[in-house]
Amino acid sequence: MPLAKRIIPCLDVDNGRVVKGVNFVGIRDAGDPVEVAKRYNDQGADEITFLDITATSDNRDTILHVVEEVASEVFIPLTVGGGVRELTDVRRLLNAGADKISVNSTAVFNPEFIQQASSHFGSQCIVVAIDAKQTHFVEKGDAADCWQIFTHGGRKETGIDAIEWAEKMADYGAGEILLTSMDGDGTKAGYDLKLTRAITRAVNIPVIASGGVGNLEHLVDGVKLGGADAVLAASIFHFGEYTVQQAKQAMRAAGIDVRLDRD
Amino acid sequence: MQIAVVDLGVGNLRSVKQAVVTVAPEADVILTSDANSLLQADKIVLPGQGAIGTWFHELKERGLGDALTQCLTEKPLLGICVGMQAMFDYCEEDGGQSGLGLFKGSVKHFSHFHTNNKHASNDRMSKGVPESGVRLSTQKERLKIPQMGWNQVFQIHEHPLWSGIDDNAYFYFVHSFCANTAPNSDLGVVYGCANYGHKFIAAVGRDNVFAVQFHPEKSHKNGLKLLKNFTDWNGHV
Repeated sequence: MPLAKRIIPCLDVDNGRVVKGVNFVGIRDAGDPVEVAKRYNDQGADEITFLDITATSDNRDTILHVVEEVASEVFIPLTVGGGVRELTDVRRLLNAGADKISVNSTAVFNPEFIQQASSHFGSQCIVVAIDAKQTHFVEKGDAADCWQIFTHGGRKETGIDAIEWAEKMADYGAGEILLTSMDGDGTKAGYDLKLTRAITRAVNIPVIASGGVGNLEHLVDGVKLGGADAVLAASIFHFGEYTVQQAKQAMRAAGIDVRLDRD
Repeated sequence: MQIAVVDLGVGNLRSVKQAVVTVAPEADVILTSDANSLLQADKIVLPGQGAIGTWFHELKERGLGDALTQCLTEKPLLGICVGMQAMFDYCEEDGGQSGLGLFKGSVKHFSHFHTNNKHASNDRMSKGVPESGVRLSTQKERLKIPQMGWNQVFQIHEHPLWSGIDDNAYFYFVHSFCANTAPNSDLGVVYGCANYGHKFIAAVGRDNVFAVQFHPEKSHKNGLKLLKNFTDWNGHV
């Protein structure tokens, strides 16, 4: 029996507020993170992800308080990412009540960090976040579908191939990959299914599809066509277009196993 | 009523404690690594996450072995994840680790049971697999380890801790090792199973002890209900 496919609402948190950008810019306020997390928990979310996009390091502790508060009221897995640079950052977030820690830029600068973190805290709590964008690599020819990864919230290109990177991170002990299509993020045009499929085929760890969800059909496609183990979305839930419950009903109707407890 | 959550310094103890506080606001819930506190508490929650070798090492370091052995025979005790695995005879993790021996059998890595996954990881290792050559249907068969996510638990026997929880209800699992040998009836009863490539033990009990492979503290309503049932339980089946 396969595991239920997970629906994960994502909260981008800036200075203690939930925000949502379009194509990584253009910020719109979406509320208090604790209130928003509780709402998704009540709607039957399988997990909640917080990405701390606070720019200044002075306000880094804000996310710890948010996590502490959410973890004392919400009893589903919580993933937290953003600004994780050292093992002590991982420890502090876990102690605050996070179950999984998502790492992006630090993994690129120092891939061994993923080895250290997974051997220290266990693979199950180390998520590698990959922000990828369709790219033309001269050496791979015109026909190939290629994506390169970006760091710093999508601002810096790295020249690293996304598929090779995902394979490397899985080998280094990542327990899961959070894959965001930068081309899709905030556009509501659906996940980049080619990218999602390429990564889910390449690695043997769970892959969370992210970036671009505009309707419930996109969630279904992420699983059925992209092969994702979990689907992440932000704005379709934040602004009340759909509830998590509705999303699950749509997935079940499409023949996907989801966790839908008796009402 | 005092409920002691055993603190071995590993895993997310805060969530376990907070979940128990939430379902039993009137109880005095403590996080402790003190033997006397365990002996004095009315009920014990024994959580665990990560490597079992570390878990036993920390148990020994804190001098809790004897107190725990005594608690296992005399008061309501709930084991969670590694806290459950530790109660079996033996675990193959970390080069082999003797367990508390409350339940018969060994705890083994998932890959021990399904060869499918071995092929899948070989696929991953062999570079240059043509993208169009792998069908999604094969993808679906792949079992990823650790098992991480929501799985259904089918209840094999009635137990006060299942009260008000539907058969086949979903619980949250995170683990790479599992037990699948059926204990004898006088050495424990399998109360719940789940499937992940093969059937494995999700809940097992014996007299005053109930132990689960999943994380009730992360399993939303069903998990909180099970914890509530535990705080209400008198230790008799």
